[in-house]
Amino acid sequence: MATVADQHETDTVGNARADARAQGGKAAAAMAYRPASSTPYPPPGVDADTLTWAETVAGGNYAHKVLARGTRVRLEDVTGEACAHVLAYNALEPWERLNVADTVKISWQAYLGTGHPLLSGDGRVLATIVSDDSGRHDALCGTSSARANQARYGDSAPQGPSPSGRELLTLAAAKHGLAPRDLPPSISFFKGVRVEPDGGLTWTGSAGPGKAVELLAELPLILLIANVPHPVDPRPAYTSGLLRVHAWRSRPTAPGDAWWDAAPEARRAYLNAADYCAARGL
Amino acid sequence: MTEITDTAGRTPDCPKDLKEVLDPGRYADGTVLDLAGPLADGEILLDEVIPARAPWSAVVKSGQVLTIVDVGGNQSGDFLLYNAQDTAERYSVPDTIAGGGNVYVRTGTVLRSSLGNSLATVIANETDRQDTIGGACGKESNTLRYGHHTTSEHGCRENFLAEAAKYGMGARDIVSNLNWFMNVPIEADGTLGIVDGISGPGKRVALRAEMDILVLISNCPQLNNPCNDFNPTPLRMIITERA
Ligand SMILES: [Zn+2]
Repeated sequence: MATVADQHETDTVGNARADARAQGGKAAAAMAYRPASSTPYPPPGVDADTLTWAETVAGGNYAHKVLARGTRVRLEDVTGEACAHVLAYNALEPWERLNVADTVKISWQAYLGTGHPLLSGDGRVLATIVSDDSGRHDALCGTSSARANQARYGDSAPQGPSPSGRELLTLAAAKHGLAPRDLPPSISFFKGVRVEPDGGLTWTGSAGPGKAVELLAELPLILLIANVPHPVDPRPAYTSGLLRVHAWRSRPTAPGDAWWDAAPEARRAYLNAADYCAARGL
Repeated sequence: MTEITDTAGRTPDCPKDLKEVLDPGRYADGTVLDLAGPLADGEILLDEVIPARAPWSAVVKSGQVLTIVDVGGNQSGDFLLYNAQDTAERYSVPDTIAGGGNVYVRTGTVLRSSLGNSLATVIANETDRQDTIGGACGKESNTLRYGHHTTSEHGCRENFLAEAAKYGMGARDIVSNLNWFMNVPIEADGTLGIVDGISGPGKRVALRAEMDILVLISNCPQLNNPCNDFNPTPLRMIITERA
């Protein structure tokens, strides 16, 4: 029976080196594109030379990046089966991080959509949702745990068939020196949940393939993304499709922009972020 | 001088002079203070009144019951729990919501950890529902919510940080929390906010620890929204153990 080993000639160091080097330049359905400008999927209307991140994330996988203030990030649900579980940190002081309670409470709105500021617990805006044609997002249910995925799918390990969001975020965080205690509740994009009058949850699922959300970094950010099924996805099979990520240089929200004055709470969150950046010389 | 007692004749401990802490004249006109008592049978292991605005913490061992009494009514008790053996495992709002399929906390709600494990179960609750969406107030977030004139006001985040520091924890360890006796409805279009409370003097909630838990509480000092009826009052904490 033919095996993978039959495709490789690795009996000497010279052959092993030649074999390894022959693998370069291949393409995969999910991969990072370097330089970012070489992406086969440049976002419409974006100058490819301004791209700083281009990557397709497999279902059950993760991605992460440190981003400059003013970076615009586009997440696209390629097949309609992605769910992007996102955490954001101030890259300069990562104990400042996404605070989901403040994000919904201070905006007086539980459902995420265009214009919603993603707030830290330090009274600043980390990022703004500047574009959204999906409308199916969630700030209440967080991501999946090992315990939940073992119960639902029989396995939760990153190397297995049904990784949990928390285990993937643990790996992504570790690559920036962050530990499990640095994983607060996360938000998720492309799978919706609504709250009933009695507090019960109703699954609204996906808005279909090709939907996209764009975030604008208002501080220098560490961004962590796990692409795994939503924790209350009722489907018995672990269903997780490709997530496309692009980022490019833009500028942070400033006075005169629509989001700056959209709400008094948001305006003060932008003011606090601008004040922080001015003091730090950013 | 008469000793202050509850109806069972017990006098709770208090870090300050209990007589002063329970003097209605110190609070808004018409304030009624009701110490009530434990919501579970058994030996009382700890019984303490937290003065208005103060933080508090304790370890509740597996199987023990913690009763929280809303002594003055509609006093938000911002609350966090940790696995006492490994505080990297801590309360998780989303695991609790997704695990129970409901955003409100009521009798039977299992308070889950960041690893999806059961930290505690709500075994009795004398208000319609409890909140775990609204998070904690804080010096910084107050500037967003009410304006920069609030800069010198104390908040729950500060109480949490001060109390967590006693256990070697810091900002990384303060996550989204529960709010006992706070009312945060979510409307059909997702609009939500803190509105007038549905608790009252002497109303209680009780949790059974499912593992040894460290609990932190901030007796909320907020004066800019109705989470304390604009009138911060004491809370009573009672730990009981069945024989
Ligand atoms: Zn508070």
